[in-house]
Amino acid sequence: MKAKNTLGLILFPAFDWAISPTHPEREERLLYTQDQILEEGIEDIDGIHFFNPGIATTKDINRVHFCYPDPETLLTESHFIAAGGMKRAFDAVLGGETDKSFALVRPPGHHAQRVVYGDRGFCIINIEAVGLEYARKKYGDRRVTIVDTDCHHGDGTEDIYWNDPDTLFISFHQDGRTLYPGTGYMEELGGPGAYGYNINIPLPPNTGDEGFQYVLENTVMPILEDFQPDLIINSAGQDNHYTDPLTNMNFSAQGYAALNHRLNPDIAVLEGGYSIQGALPYVNTGIVLAMAGLDYSGVYEPDYHLGKWKQTDRVTSQVQDIARRVLENWKNKEALAEKKFKGKKTVQRQRQVYYDTAGIMEGQIQEFKVCPDCPGVNMVHSKNDRGAQILGITIPRNACAACEKEGYHIFEDKSSSSKQKKYLQDLLNDRYLTSSD
Amino acid sequence: MIIGIDMGGTNIDGVAIHDGSLIKTVKHPVDRENYFFSIWHCLEELLQNIDPQNINRINLSTTICTNAIVENNISEVGVILQTGPGLKWVFEDLGSYLAYLSGSVDHRGIVVRDLDMKELAEIKENFSQNPIEALAIVNKFSTRNPEFEQRIHDFFKSDYEEITMGHQLSGKLNFPRRVQTAYLNAAVASTFRNFTNHMLEALAQKGITAPIYILKADGGTIDLKGALNKPVETILSGPAASFMGMRALFDDAQTDRCLIDIGGTTTDIFFLVDGTPVFEPTGIEIDRRKTLVRAIYSVSIGLGGDSHVRIEENTIKIGPKRLDAAVAFGGKHLTPTDALVYLGKMTGQYPDKSKDKLKEMAQEIGLEPKALALKIVSMVGQKIKETIEEILDQLNANPVYTIEKLLQDRRIKPQAVEMIGGPAQALAPYLEESLELPVFYPERYEVANAIGAALAKPTVEINMIADTERKILSVPELEIYEKIGKDYNLDKAQDYALELVSKAGTTLGLPQDQIEAEIVEASSFNMVQGYYGVDKNIRVKAQIKPGLLTKLKKEASSHES
Ligand SMILES: [Zn+2]
Ligand SMILES: [Zn+2]
Repeated sequence: MKAKNTLGLILFPAFDWAISPTHPEREERLLYTQDQILEEGIEDIDGIHFFNPGIATTKDINRVHFCYPDPETLLTESHFIAAGGMKRAFDAVLGGETDKSFALVRPPGHHAQRVVYGDRGFCIINIEAVGLEYARKKYGDRRVTIVDTDCHHGDGTEDIYWNDPDTLFISFHQDGRTLYPGTGYMEELGGPGAYGYNINIPLPPNTGDEGFQYVLENTVMPILEDFQPDLIINSAGQDNHYTDPLTNMNFSAQGYAALNHRLNPDIAVLEGGYSIQGALPYVNTGIVLAMAGLDYSGVYEPDYHLGKWKQTDRVTSQVQDIARRVLENWKNKEALAEKKFKGKKTVQRQRQVYYDTAGIMEGQIQEFKVCPDCPGVNMVHSKNDRGAQILGITIPRNACAACEKEGYHIFEDKSSSSKQKKYLQDLLNDRYLTSSD
Repeated sequence: MIIGIDMGGTNIDGVAIHDGSLIKTVKHPVDRENYFFSIWHCLEELLQNIDPQNINRINLSTTICTNAIVENNISEVGVILQTGPGLKWVFEDLGSYLAYLSGSVDHRGIVVRDLDMKELAEIKENFSQNPIEALAIVNKFSTRNPEFEQRIHDFFKSDYEEITMGHQLSGKLNFPRRVQTAYLNAAVASTFRNFTNHMLEALAQKGITAPIYILKADGGTIDLKGALNKPVETILSGPAASFMGMRALFDDAQTDRCLIDIGGTTTDIFFLVDGTPVFEPTGIEIDRRKTLVRAIYSVSIGLGGDSHVRIEENTIKIGPKRLDAAVAFGGKHLTPTDALVYLGKMTGQYPDKSKDKLKEMAQEIGLEPKALALKIVSMVGQKIKETIEEILDQLNANPVYTIEKLLQDRRIKPQAVEMIGGPAQALAPYLEESLELPVFYPERYEVANAIGAALAKPTVEINMIADTERKILSVPELEIYEKIGKDYNLDKAQDYALELVSKAGTTLGLPQDQIEAEIVEASSFNMVQGYYGVDKNIRVKAQIKPGLLTKLKKEASSHES
């Protein structure tokens, strides 16, 4: 058997790592997925290659995050390896080894935001962002679309690319009023440098294959047609599955595979998904086959039969309404931005962030400079309930000279409190400094 | 006294070994019309003047099954598959009688949908109208729960003599390979049974009662009873014989080494890591079929002492074909052997002709003859070096699944080379230069394969799973599917796995001090489902290390070049 698209699989189940022995993010998580992939004989398909993950460096992490106190203290080896797995996925595709790649690694990353005090939603670092920024430095900047099909809002990825017009972020998720992390509304459209490039599609509970298919076809594909990305990444969380213990959606392995097939991403990465026996083996196999361009029509769950998970008419009409409104926002993004930011020199955004796994509460104010020549230098002032205080400054990849200069000016300003740890994230020059350096 | 016989493509070699000393060796060409007779002829000669009572065991490395497959001399097999949900593999090369069943079990062995007896009855009816001689029955995930395969087997058992069930062949997961392996096993079963019957009859007539063992591709042996059930295990044992022969002829280094068997046409390359053989990750390939048959990892390249050396577009080319013998041994075409003769490292039957031929080519390409000879020899070294580097790149990239292994990043780095074969001694100094490693070669290598076959000991590998939620412990290789308690744990599983392989070793006639049972991998996964507490999914891989029954005494000791 021969794959139509060559595919690099980074299958790294980390059989010796868990958040805690009975935590959903435990050693067993990819055990049955690996069993299924082995039993299907995927390793013997011509054109599918298995790669070991690399190991990310602290510089790779600093390109994306302000880790407090620092990456070494917060992260375990498993995080460096999961991010290293993502790097390998980018290397496989952009280095020309394979047409596509799929990082089946753990723990996931899409809840990890720019500031990191600890674990949120089982994520500490945003492995897809770490991989992507590494790839942009190594292979040159690219227009990228990240389509997050995890059931939870990809609030970490949203935060990281909030003000980046070259990274279009689209998140499918169960409505935040009914599920962690409680964000991801349609009105969250991005910062002044990238308004409209953050797209949330909050779906009602019990949305099924039909609903996902509808949104993909009628909203996501037209937006991609407009945006013309160089690279599409699928953050393939698998907790929209009808067996998932933490969520309330009715998506199936066939649905996931069909979505992946239609979206045609270059790179996919596993996010959440904790129905490790009833969903993951089938969803992952389905995605592997879809990416390789092989027939996935035989991949279904033991208890799957057509019709069982059909969505109600009420859900269908809700989904259609959401799909329409999201597309409208996209089409009107310039006008909406004009209305929202006109005449402003800076834009502030105030938020509370809860680290559910670590039990930390953070308050932050983000400040974006509105710049006509670049997405603008920006800052995040953050405090947590354990007494930490930080100021993170980001000079964007394509910053203008004025914004570059201003970033260093803010970083070097001695007037701020000495309790505050300062970080400079100079993406333009790939330099990462902290006030204690 | 141990008798070892290696049947290769052209020759059949035999040795008699007593107390680690080589007593007798024989070598004959293989009679392609009658493989049994070839072996018997060799045995008879070895056994002259030896009291049958003094023979402890007879170890055979045979190509009986390999040849049957490659020459397509196999039975008509009815194949019954239960593919379950998943990838739709297309099986085109399983003969003319392929039937599919509905029903399935999942990755944990839980029954998802039962067998359909009506479908089975239809298959039975259909098969009965065709000239089917053997059956292969394979279900997806049958190693996790063999119930369906067994029920299908029972349904057909009065109709067919040779029935292979997939779960018996390996504990490893890989459905398409299990299908191919089961198909081949069923296809060669009667050929191997005939061979065995002949053998036993002939031995009985001679009054020989010593047990017979057959060499497998993993360098271990299997007893005759086991081989009758799993004849597919006996395929492609040739490289294993040569590998084990080298283990017997060289010192017992516990380091990384590269092993090279350089013949006339091909060169086989193997590796040792910390003194342990490197195996094929899943199984060996035969006749373009990927199987689950465990095998020592070996790569064969078209380069040997008799490889064709010629000039093409003003550059020197070597191999991959052998046209005939070296000029120095009566052939017509120049070979690396002739280069070694020119350099005074070998003496041929026709050294003058050989040298003339080399001079002729030297003139054609405008080199001094000695420079050409050196160039040919160094090209051979270079090709071997490049091949080794490619293989190591591949082996060192084999997937790992734990953080510990990933961080450990254990790369194979040969510290020395062991080499046998016709040109080994002559080539050693040049190869040492190319590889920048010490190269060892033994005093005698002619019957290395037969020595390897003779001294290989039985091996057993098991893949155990203990699932405390289903309360089942399974070891497909030993047909064990037992009840366990909720409190079963990793320690118990490891102890039991060691006990099982040791017992299997004893059954195979290994003395206690030779068994060397070891745990290869062991892990225990917490299973958390709802609020019913934590269960365990325990996985243990254990084996009897492949190795030698005894070392060969120093008479055939190795040399550094
Ligand atoms: Zn999720
Ligand atoms: Zn600017």
